[in-house]
Amino acid sequence: MKKNNNLKAWLYLLPAILFLGVFMVYPLIDVFFYSVEENYHSISQTYTGVGLGNFGHVLSDPYFIQALKNTLLLVVITVPISTGISLLIALGLSSITALKKAFQTIYFLPYVTNTLAVGLVFMILFARTEYTDGLINTLIQSLGFETVDFINGPYWAKMLVASLYTIWVVMPFKILILTSALASVNQDYYKAARVDGASSGRIFRKITLPMISPTVFYLIITGFIGAFKAYSDEVALFGVNLNEAGMNTIVGYVYDMLYSDKGGYPGYAAAAALVLFAIVFTITYINLKFSRDKVQYM
Amino acid sequence: MIENKKNISKVLIYLLLFVWALIVLFPFYWMVLTSVKDTAAYNNEKVPAFFTMKPTLANYVKAFTEVSLGRYFINTLIFTAATTGLMMLVTIPAAFAFARLEFRGKNLVFALFLSLMMIPNELVIITNYATIVNWGFQKGDLTYLGMILPSVTSVFYIYLLKENFEAIPNELYNAARVDGTGDLKYLLKVMVPICQPTIVTIVILKVIECWNSYVWPRLIARESKYFLVSNGIQAIRESGFGRQDIPAMMAAVVAVSVPLIVLFLMFRDKIMAGVSRGGTKG
Repeated sequence: MKKNNNLKAWLYLLPAILFLGVFMVYPLIDVFFYSVEENYHSISQTYTGVGLGNFGHVLSDPYFIQALKNTLLLVVITVPISTGISLLIALGLSSITALKKAFQTIYFLPYVTNTLAVGLVFMILFARTEYTDGLINTLIQSLGFETVDFINGPYWAKMLVASLYTIWVVMPFKILILTSALASVNQDYYKAARVDGASSGRIFRKITLPMISPTVFYLIITGFIGAFKAYSDEVALFGVNLNEAGMNTIVGYVYDMLYSDKGGYPGYAAAAALVLFAIVFTITYINLKFSRDKVQYM
Repeated sequence: MIENKKNISKVLIYLLLFVWALIVLFPFYWMVLTSVKDTAAYNNEKVPAFFTMKPTLANYVKAFTEVSLGRYFINTLIFTAATTGLMMLVTIPAAFAFARLEFRGKNLVFALFLSLMMIPNELVIITNYATIVNWGFQKGDLTYLGMILPSVTSVFYIYLLKENFEAIPNELYNAARVDGTGDLKYLLKVMVPICQPTIVTIVILKVIECWNSYVWPRLIARESKYFLVSNGIQAIRESGFGRQDIPAMMAAVVAVSVPLIVLFLMFRDKIMAGVSRGGTKG
């Protein structure tokens, strides 16, 4: 009976184990092999030696350096700004009753839209072509400033649009999580503070912030991880050839190395993916360590 | 005095919320507006107009006739239905095994499953690509399989459903066993119906994910007749009428966006609750 049950359980688990084994566990081990096999040729499946040559190549590839720089900038710009604004909005939402549900519904919309599709709208809003200045440039002009092509123009302009679009895309998740965190703070604390005559600024610093700090740190960590994987947003804004636009990201670099008419360079792709993983892992680790000292867990 | 101060802060709060609502909604307004503008009129607007007096649906006709948007929709439907269906076939039995069956190594296997949640897709995609190419699943109609198979598994949903299954009282299970009801029958006739809300949530979240997938299908689909909507939109921008005919491109963008927005408005609470329990985008 017992043995029978064992067998049955494994049968129920079999499909999941098969899928996970083939498409997650095996690839996870295999990626390390790819990363150290030098000059791997995908058609003949041969390689010339084992070593760190792929990492050397990737880390000295100007395209990778550019992608790394772009990704880091996007992370540094978008994570603090989006977390900050979403905290403000969540605080606003939790202090109103009228229209609250309508606002929440609207704020969530970017989550359910296709990044590639809506990115094109941002593209036409910010682009300046020979036919039209585009909406944003019309606004800039009416304020008396020089117009600038945000899509094919200077680097800072492209980085600005990429950051704005990224923030627009990630806000729904952050607002949702922060709003529910704020709603779960025990109302008795507020009542007690108000009886004591505490100011609203003081209530925020002494009650709200400590109570939701685990959520804020969770959002910062997932925000870092998400921003490090930036790619489709940039494709939507600047097109498939991100290297030419100078706006490639690390994930974009991995895909470019895989998807090549010459048979691809899985070794370089694996090395770049592992570098990305190492960065994300380190930052997550630092974040967790930092949060353990600063955050109050209930 | 205090009352006044309170009112001012209320006004400021509503102002902030309205401004953000405007920022969120404006791109949607702009895409719908542009999609109904006449192409010639649009190209003559040196300064973009904020509304149009003569809306036209011609751009939508163009989007579905001059480029294969219809084909991209069908592909995406096939991909979404097959991936989501397969995922449920994998997820429900696995969640049941973890929640109800006793077997040796259960805790260890479950811990291994959970640890897989932390693996970023970028690490496994390299070998998966090689696997699919070796199997020949990026040629002809097999492309569908190549796109679908690696997208099936979602460890998180197994976890979510297992938690839900475990909340069902054990007495029910024991009573069913006494009655001689088999495990499979119990799973399908009792557990699945009871956990229907969670199952619906999982299905919707997976549908959203599939509808928006871009990078993996793009890697696998070599011929444009296998493109999904994301990929199709990108192709329209790069080589279709994107550069010359912005209104037609926006019509395609609206067509791609509408299904998910409708789905969201229908299942708003389920989707938001599901995402706040385990969404990771952002």
